[in-house]
Amino acid sequence: MLSVSKDMASGDAIDADSTQLEYVRRRHWGRYIASAVILAIVVYIGLAFAHGQIEWTYVARFLTAKSILTGLVNTIVMTVLAMALGIALGVITAIMRLSTNPVLQTVAQAYVWLFRGTPVILQLLLWFNLALVFPSIGAPGLFEFRTVDIMTPFLAALLGLGINQGAYTSEVVRAGLLSVDTGQYEAAKSIGMPRLQALRRVILPQAMRVIVPPIGNELVGMVKLTSLASVIQYAEMLHNAENIYYANARVIELLMVAGIWYLVVVTVLSFMQSRVERFYARGAGRASGRQ
Amino acid sequence: MNLVTQKETTNMSSIVRAVDVRKSYGDFKALQGITLDVPKGEVLCVVGPSGSGKSTFLRCINQLEEINDGALWVNGERVGYRRVGNKLYALSEKQAARQRLATGMVFQRFNLFPHKTVLENVIEGPVQVLKRRRSEAVEEARTLLERVGLGHKCDAFPVELSGGQQQRVAIARALAMHPQLMLFDEPTSALDPELVGEVLAVMRDLAKTGMTMIVVTHELGFAREVANRIVFMDQGQVVESGTPEQVLSNPQHRRTQDFISAVLS
Repeated sequence: MLSVSKDMASGDAIDADSTQLEYVRRRHWGRYIASAVILAIVVYIGLAFAHGQIEWTYVARFLTAKSILTGLVNTIVMTVLAMALGIALGVITAIMRLSTNPVLQTVAQAYVWLFRGTPVILQLLLWFNLALVFPSIGAPGLFEFRTVDIMTPFLAALLGLGINQGAYTSEVVRAGLLSVDTGQYEAAKSIGMPRLQALRRVILPQAMRVIVPPIGNELVGMVKLTSLASVIQYAEMLHNAENIYYANARVIELLMVAGIWYLVVVTVLSFMQSRVERFYARGAGRASGRQ
Repeated sequence: MNLVTQKETTNMSSIVRAVDVRKSYGDFKALQGITLDVPKGEVLCVVGPSGSGKSTFLRCINQLEEINDGALWVNGERVGYRRVGNKLYALSEKQAARQRLATGMVFQRFNLFPHKTVLENVIEGPVQVLKRRRSEAVEEARTLLERVGLGHKCDAFPVELSGGQQQRVAIARALAMHPQLMLFDEPTSALDPELVGEVLAVMRDLAKTGMTMIVVTHELGFAREVANRIVFMDQGQVVESGTPEQVLSNPQHRRTQDFISAVLS
């Protein structure tokens, strides 16, 4: 007992030496151990893949094959365009949904209901086969086209993916708009802004902080969703990879090639997302929200 | 401004005229027949217990709420309507926004735009709504911020300011629109006690310039000193109205007496 109280006295008492004491940082032993275990597992899996029945020379050879690179470009182009269409439709739909106009509200709700409620592969096939319903498109007397001529795989994929994406994105945007304090609408009104101007100048820029992370999520999803467009003969990367392995039977190697490229694209996009997030964190005090 | 509204304006010296204004939310009657005139240049303080309808009345003047019954004029125009002949046409979104330009509003929770700097907050209205030249707006905004003692904070973001400083920026933002009338909705209620004084000082200065002001407040000291007239509201009605001396020192109604003694104790 005596020794314990002596220890405490020397530890807690404010003595002349207390300014000389050394600070020792907390040691996170658990982190060191976990890192070692994880590293071991990763090395093990890596070695297994390296020595498995995968011909890595084929992977390396086809990584930069012309057909694969064309497919990669097509994938990126489709991702960007479909997502742009999706975001535009999403913003418009969210604003319609939150308006006081019952017609706009109903149209927005019906759009989300219809396109979220059906598989995107069905929508792709419907757009591609639109000629079954509308043999020709145009303004009577002015111009008219045969639908089969216009509805290329590219256009069908863009409409199918973009319009489907818009239905999902609208809910993300709506959540963002609802997250902004109503006092901000009132302040914008009080300086004479009509609703749309208030949305554009005051509400949306603040909603972006909430909107960007899930949109980034959807963008990454879109990179891979474009592979569905292979069913309507759009020459995106997976479609081209398939065409190659139908010929040479190197299935897993070509899927590896596609997988590597998808990872590269997603990595670049994730980096861009963090830049965008930093931009919209302006004035928010804490940028990262780490807890 | 068409002929009809101009004629109406010249007939009225009041900036705000309320006749039997009623407003309810479902079964709750927030305003039960408010009749009130606010002449140009008056500083009117509205006091009363919470839930008495003071803020609701203020919000009706600025069309943040729609009245259910009665009539309300601001600056000679029927709030929310446009008179042509003997008909009142409900205003469109854009027309309502234009009508709101007559009033500036300062909120309890400041409501500065957090993604914009102090200067950007103040020039937002002049540049985006009034379509004034940016350089001109910036110059005037700097003068206004100087006037509220924040000339050195132009490039700060709202989050970097104290509550009192934010509220002073909010006042500058409202003044930048050159309103005929300033509405203050409990401007010091969300402030730490030591920051109340700096905001009241700015409002006192503003009152001296002859600005018409309606101030919903619990600061009876400020009301006594600055107000031309005090209105005491309770349960959606104006209970008592008069000079600060009359209402605060010699209240006639029981409810007013109770409220004042409760606040002062």
